[in-house]
Amino acid sequence: MNIREQIKRSQIYRSIIRHGYQDTKPNRMHQIVSNVFLHLHPTSVWRHGTDIRFTWGMGGISFLLFIVLTATGVILMFYYRPTAEYAYADMKYLEHDVPFGMFLRNMHRWAAHLMVITVWLHMLRVFLTGSYKPPREFNWVVGVLLLVLTLLLSFTGYLLPWDQLAMWAITVGTNMARATPLLGYEGPFGPELGMKPDNDIRFLLLGGTQVGPPALLRFYVLHCIALPVIAGIFMIVHFWRVRKDGGISRPSEKEE
Amino acid sequence: MKSVVQFFFGCLPAAPGSLFEKGTMTAAEQGQDITPIRKDVPMDKTRGLWITRRDFFSLSGWLAFFVFLGTAILGTFRFFFPRVLFEAAPVFKVGFPDEYAVGEVGSKFLKSKKVWIVRDEQGFYALSAVCTHLGCTPRWLETENKFKCPCHGSGFHRSGVNFEGPAPRPLERVKITLDESGQLVVDKSVTFLFEKGEWGKLGSFLKI
Repeated sequence: MNIREQIKRSQIYRSIIRHGYQDTKPNRMHQIVSNVFLHLHPTSVWRHGTDIRFTWGMGGISFLLFIVLTATGVILMFYYRPTAEYAYADMKYLEHDVPFGMFLRNMHRWAAHLMVITVWLHMLRVFLTGSYKPPREFNWVVGVLLLVLTLLLSFTGYLLPWDQLAMWAITVGTNMARATPLLGYEGPFGPELGMKPDNDIRFLLLGGTQVGPPALLRFYVLHCIALPVIAGIFMIVHFWRVRKDGGISRPSEKEE
Repeated sequence: MKSVVQFFFGCLPAAPGSLFEKGTMTAAEQGQDITPIRKDVPMDKTRGLWITRRDFFSLSGWLAFFVFLGTAILGTFRFFFPRVLFEAAPVFKVGFPDEYAVGEVGSKFLKSKKVWIVRDEQGFYALSAVCTHLGCTPRWLETENKFKCPCHGSGFHRSGVNFEGPAPRPLERVKITLDESGQLVVDKSVTFLFEKGEWGKLGSFLKI
């Protein structure tokens, strides 16, 4: 028995690679179904699923960008401290001192901007192909929630470099929050419900009355933990519903 | 007892093509086993009983759970509203009246405290340097005799009244008083809004 055969028959090999690589249809299906990452997709897909002119592939690209953002984000976390004292300096350090720091930071920023674009394009495609009609209408709602979460992730991440652009963008954004009806101290019916600068929704967002160190820390926790976890949960529901509703939508038989 | 779900969703129109449209078979017609899981327990209504023992304990159990959950959620919500803030104190001294000329717009405390100390013939008032549009810090342009916000171009007169740009209302005035030693003291936590008619109130203007 040569060395290849010995390896293939070893316990270690057989515990990891359960179905071998025979290129038969049943074996291919086994490989997909028994893999936790691959079995997101069904074992067989409709041919139209590869028609990019119809599907655009933007949903999958958005998910890919989310993974890129998570990976680069975690890596950037090794050098960034979310305090007013260090945030800007750490960002500069990442850019100019850390090996490949500029590359990773730029990857993160580019992926963020692109993800906002791709989710809008995905939404547009779903609308244009009528893929929101029954039985997919609930998934559209989940998709809108994911859109809002993507924009919130963008908003919270924007503050983290702690430069002028960041600080004023969040000042403007949270000042809009103070005009929220019922919840903001300057909004309609807000003061009537007892909203003041130190207990309204703007105070909750900022952890204070101004954009300061508490706001930076809050936005950091939201950006790195809370929002990604919530987005992840909704993505699970979103992908599950796609599978259960019959896979990616396809043109009706009449048009083919 | 009809289920809560049936009650809420039974009144909505079924989406065409979905499985909720009338015309599909009931579970019994499909041949499924429809024996209810819950066994009916006899209840002696002559003694005035209105709930079975098991339902009573079931109800109180769930009530206790939701009371716990509700308290935990309320506590978590309150957690996010800190009681102590480490921001600069809103009350601060801004010098003696003699340090300001009549007709001057004092920008000495613009950067550190975001206020202008303005003196006219009658006395002093303090304007909050937070643009009423979206919160940027405007600048005082002496030669053009106006406040101008760099963000979106809102313009305010010397009095604080808005006259150009997207600002919806005049700049807010903040409380200005004199302390025992004769120094001017500003309290940014007390604001006076022109559109609410508050510019005549005590504290909005210091007659000197």
